[in-house]
Amino acid sequence: MIWVDTIVQGVLLGGLYALFAAGLSLVFGIMRLVNLAHGDLIVLAAYLILFVVTVLGVHPLVAVLLAAPMMFAIGWGLQRLILTRTLGDDILPPLLVTFGLSIVIQNALLEGFTADSQRIPMGAIETASVALGPVSVGLIPLLTFASAVLVIFALNQLFYRTSLGRAFRAVSDDPTTAQLMGIRPASVFATATGIAMVVVTIAALYLGVRSNFDPTIGPARLIYAFEAVIIGGLGSLWGTLAGGIIIGVAQTLGGSINPEWQILSGHIAFLVVLLIWPRGLFPRAFD
Amino acid sequence: MPILALRKVSKSFGALTVADAISFEVPQGQALGIIGPNGAGKSTLFNLITGNIAPDSGTVVLDGTDVTRLSPMQRCRMGVGRSFQIPQPFGKLTVFENLLVAGAFGQGKTEAEVTDSAAAILEQTGLLPKANRPAGGLSLLDRKRLELARAMATNPRLLLLDEIAGGLTDAECNSLVETIRGLHAAGTTIIWIEHVLHALNAVVERLLVLHFGRVIGIGAPAEIMTSREVQEIYLGVEI
Repeated sequence: MIWVDTIVQGVLLGGLYALFAAGLSLVFGIMRLVNLAHGDLIVLAAYLILFVVTVLGVHPLVAVLLAAPMMFAIGWGLQRLILTRTLGDDILPPLLVTFGLSIVIQNALLEGFTADSQRIPMGAIETASVALGPVSVGLIPLLTFASAVLVIFALNQLFYRTSLGRAFRAVSDDPTTAQLMGIRPASVFATATGIAMVVVTIAALYLGVRSNFDPTIGPARLIYAFEAVIIGGLGSLWGTLAGGIIIGVAQTLGGSINPEWQILSGHIAFLVVLLIWPRGLFPRAFD
Repeated sequence: MPILALRKVSKSFGALTVADAISFEVPQGQALGIIGPNGAGKSTLFNLITGNIAPDSGTVVLDGTDVTRLSPMQRCRMGVGRSFQIPQPFGKLTVFENLLVAGAFGQGKTEAEVTDSAAAILEQTGLLPKANRPAGGLSLLDRKRLELARAMATNPRLLLLDEIAGGLTDAECNSLVETIRGLHAAGTTIIWIEHVLHALNAVVERLLVLHFGRVIGIGAPAEIMTSREVQEIYLGVEI
């Protein structure tokens, strides 16, 4: 029974990684921009939620509702003012700029919030659990997973069922032709990054409720997010969820054998998948 | 007032002059054909009109408004539609979605408002049976049809067609020509670059000949085709 429990916990942990990865996947899918500051933006959002909770004294779920539009605005401005200028045939400028941004965010957070580790307080719900058949699972991990499924479902609907989604796909296909159809790529890109930052805010809530965070943990979250995106196949959102689950399960399985192996086994699972399916599990038909 | 006027428009890429003080006007509702050897600067001329390339000097005037500094997106909203010589559909979108995107963003409307007209265009261009297929998998003829259909979906008043008949069989070509004639009859101004002269002559009222970025003749097709200079340069008649 312990194995069932381990796997269930791993799947639920995978939900968190999928949330980390969904925003990254969205931005990469639309503008081929690898955002190395993605992990730090998650941490930034976590501090923003904590700040709202502390200053206004509201519940973290309310704080998320307030933080999400702020993060949307941050993402929109960031894309419009900085990141769009780095896009082009050369893949190096966006990498360099987002790497620099990562350092800037980390140091700004250190200045503003010190290096003390923090946690978003959510009260009794933090330790509440429900019985799922033979295993008992934490309410927060369950909510995390449900949110991940919901976020990915919503992003898919947005992508394939709305006018904005079609504009995303058209611009991703061919920005020059899209302009001739009356689409303004710069504003489409800014909206996409804004939406990615809303997803980041949701991820940040669960990050901050489930574990401690400090200004320097961003890059490690970026690695998990990357691995989930690549396992799933670039640009496939459901694949990203599958990728998150694979890393999550590998980590809890490894951790149950030897606690030291937890992180390592996640990375090994990533390497194994990459060796067998270099394009990921669900590569897109065209690319 | 002409719908489009170019005034001394010049553009060079390094030492290569692709547009050399080009001036001409297109009256509302006219169909103008553009011919010229490969490398004459025909597609560049379209890029100058749509705004994909900024001229070094000169002005592009649309409906009396100087649009030289406006973006392709703004010109699209002012009624300039374009098809590409090498079809560039949004490959991951379905055929119908290609039209929805063009219709909604090209006209600044909601998708619901353009759904009916997009469906009508599919019917008109013979793409209805393939409406829900990804555009990336279409045959050459269907890609050409989609180029035309997508340009039509932006509801252009000035339609630029870039070698839309090239590479097609006569029968395929004729069906496209019929669609274009229909558009012209409905009042759309058309500028059409084409090597397939019989297709061009079935529609256009005026011909413009471009050679090394210069306009070397503009006038009625019969007059242009019999001009000695055009025959020497374009049709390769021995001097």
